[in-house]
Amino acid sequence: METTVKLQQVSKSFGKKTVLSEVNLSIEKGQIYGMIGPSGAGKTTLVKMIVGMDTPNEGLIEVLNTKMPNLSMLQQIGYMAQSDALYNELTGGENLRFFASMFKMGREEQKQRISYAAGLVNLTHELGKKVSAYSGGMKRRLSLAIALIHDPSVLILDEPTVGIDPELRQSIWNELTRLKNSEHKTIIVTTHVMDEADKCDMLAMVREGRILTSGSPEQLKRQYQVESLEDVFLQAGGQQS
Amino acid sequence: MRIRALIRRICEQLLRDKRTLALLFLAPLLVLSLMYYLFNHTGNAADAKIGAVNLNPKIVEMMQQQGMEVISYEKADKDILVNEHLDALLEMQDSKIHLILKNSDPSQSKALQMKISQAAAAISNFSQNQGNAAPNLTFTTDYVYGSADTTYFDTLSPILIGFFVFFFVFLISGIGLLRERTTGTMERLMSTPVRRGEVIIGYLVGYGIFAFIQTVIIVIYATMVLGMNMAGSIWYVLLTNLLLAFVALSLGILLSTFASSEFQMVQFIPIVIIPQIFFAGIFPLDHMAAWVQVIARIMPLYYGADALKDVMYKGLGFGDIALDLGVLVLFAALFIVLNILALKKYRKL
Repeated sequence: METTVKLQQVSKSFGKKTVLSEVNLSIEKGQIYGMIGPSGAGKTTLVKMIVGMDTPNEGLIEVLNTKMPNLSMLQQIGYMAQSDALYNELTGGENLRFFASMFKMGREEQKQRISYAAGLVNLTHELGKKVSAYSGGMKRRLSLAIALIHDPSVLILDEPTVGIDPELRQSIWNELTRLKNSEHKTIIVTTHVMDEADKCDMLAMVREGRILTSGSPEQLKRQYQVESLEDVFLQAGGQQS
Repeated sequence: MRIRALIRRICEQLLRDKRTLALLFLAPLLVLSLMYYLFNHTGNAADAKIGAVNLNPKIVEMMQQQGMEVISYEKADKDILVNEHLDALLEMQDSKIHLILKNSDPSQSKALQMKISQAAAAISNFSQNQGNAAPNLTFTTDYVYGSADTTYFDTLSPILIGFFVFFFVFLISGIGLLRERTTGTMERLMSTPVRRGEVIIGYLVGYGIFAFIQTVIIVIYATMVLGMNMAGSIWYVLLTNLLLAFVALSLGILLSTFASSEFQMVQFIPIVIIPQIFFAGIFPLDHMAAWVQVIARIMPLYYGADALKDVMYKGLGFGDIALDLGVLVLFAALFIVLNILALKKYRKL
């Protein structure tokens, strides 16, 4: 197995407040890696540092064997933040084209990627509409399409399924599984919904800036001898405090 | 080609927003027209500096009583007036009084003209009462800048034109970038390989295009429709306004870093914009306290308005406005560098 994302002894604090302390992680290629934990646990800070938008105070972060932050590495990373982050005055197609232009790709490739990404999230026929006329679910899907526009090998999604209906949530998870299986992408997902954690290949439980425990959902359940991941989380948290 | 995509996106966004476009292009014309009908008043001659050649000492005395500063000179011409920073120059030959007015503030010129003719009339009356033959004084008046038809609005309009460009570009670019911050598109943009400098340049050029169109519309309307003075080259006016727009753009973008909502952006107007109007030359600063003049010199609009006044009203050329333009370039450069640094908040690299 090939390691795509590696964190060694990563600590981060804003002012006096310590957000992450001594985080070690190793994420393999072709995995869906879930980071699960309550709001404010430090998940977003963690993924932002993996993208390279923030720097750790201590420790080392490598993506595809390159030390982050690294500008050219961003060509390999697709990032979808918690907010939809779209230009509402523009159409869906214009949004896709704008973000596609930020990456290195030829004109032909750009066209192909736009129609591919739009097809992936079922928005091909809605690209001419202004984003302000989109529904919440459509915006989320467009946001995902933008994260995929440059065919990144590492996909980082910060709470991708917050506030969307169960049907759409399922279709996003199906899509993520497909991307993992057929395109061998490494996918990092943060969530605070336990039932999504079961769909990940590997899990890290984050709380108060620390990784409580990590492993595959089955391993974790076996290790703590409990039925559900929720119990794992409670037990792991209990041991710490 | 990222910069081109950024510029294109900004244009597309603005073109969809019809109200903002109307604010940008039509509001200045409306306000300018209103001001045109509003501004015509008498100025203050009390602290004027006046040169006198061969002038009747009684007239000098009366003018000094009014608070004017009177200095004697050998001969009278426009060069002395400009070089010695005088407001007016009076020459008396026999019974003829020749008055040269600098006319950089027409309301002051009108007041001066009135006071001087009053003084001359008083002298006439005085000699008549003494039993002497009344010297029949005749007046001729000359102007360094403008003419007898010049109104206060003619000197005000260059300042207003500079102000409109500054204000609207500041507001619209500041709010444009603020929206990127609040909707998270800035964060998303910074998760792509785009460089921070490219984002800022894209913004400058994108909004710069609209600022340029706005300037052209305002200048054409002001000169063609309102019949404003345009003594110098219209190209210098456009150049000055474009530089002013760049300063406003980069300042607006920079200050939007310190605002967390559109409302907070609007709160910068009374702090950043309003004082600049007062210090840009709507009130003549020459006779004000030194510290007031120092404050004026840290305000970008002061330099823009000075250059615009030089070109539009005085008809001066590039050499005379080069210093003003240079200062504007420095302001813009400073704000642009600060902007690029401020984007580090979103991505350290």
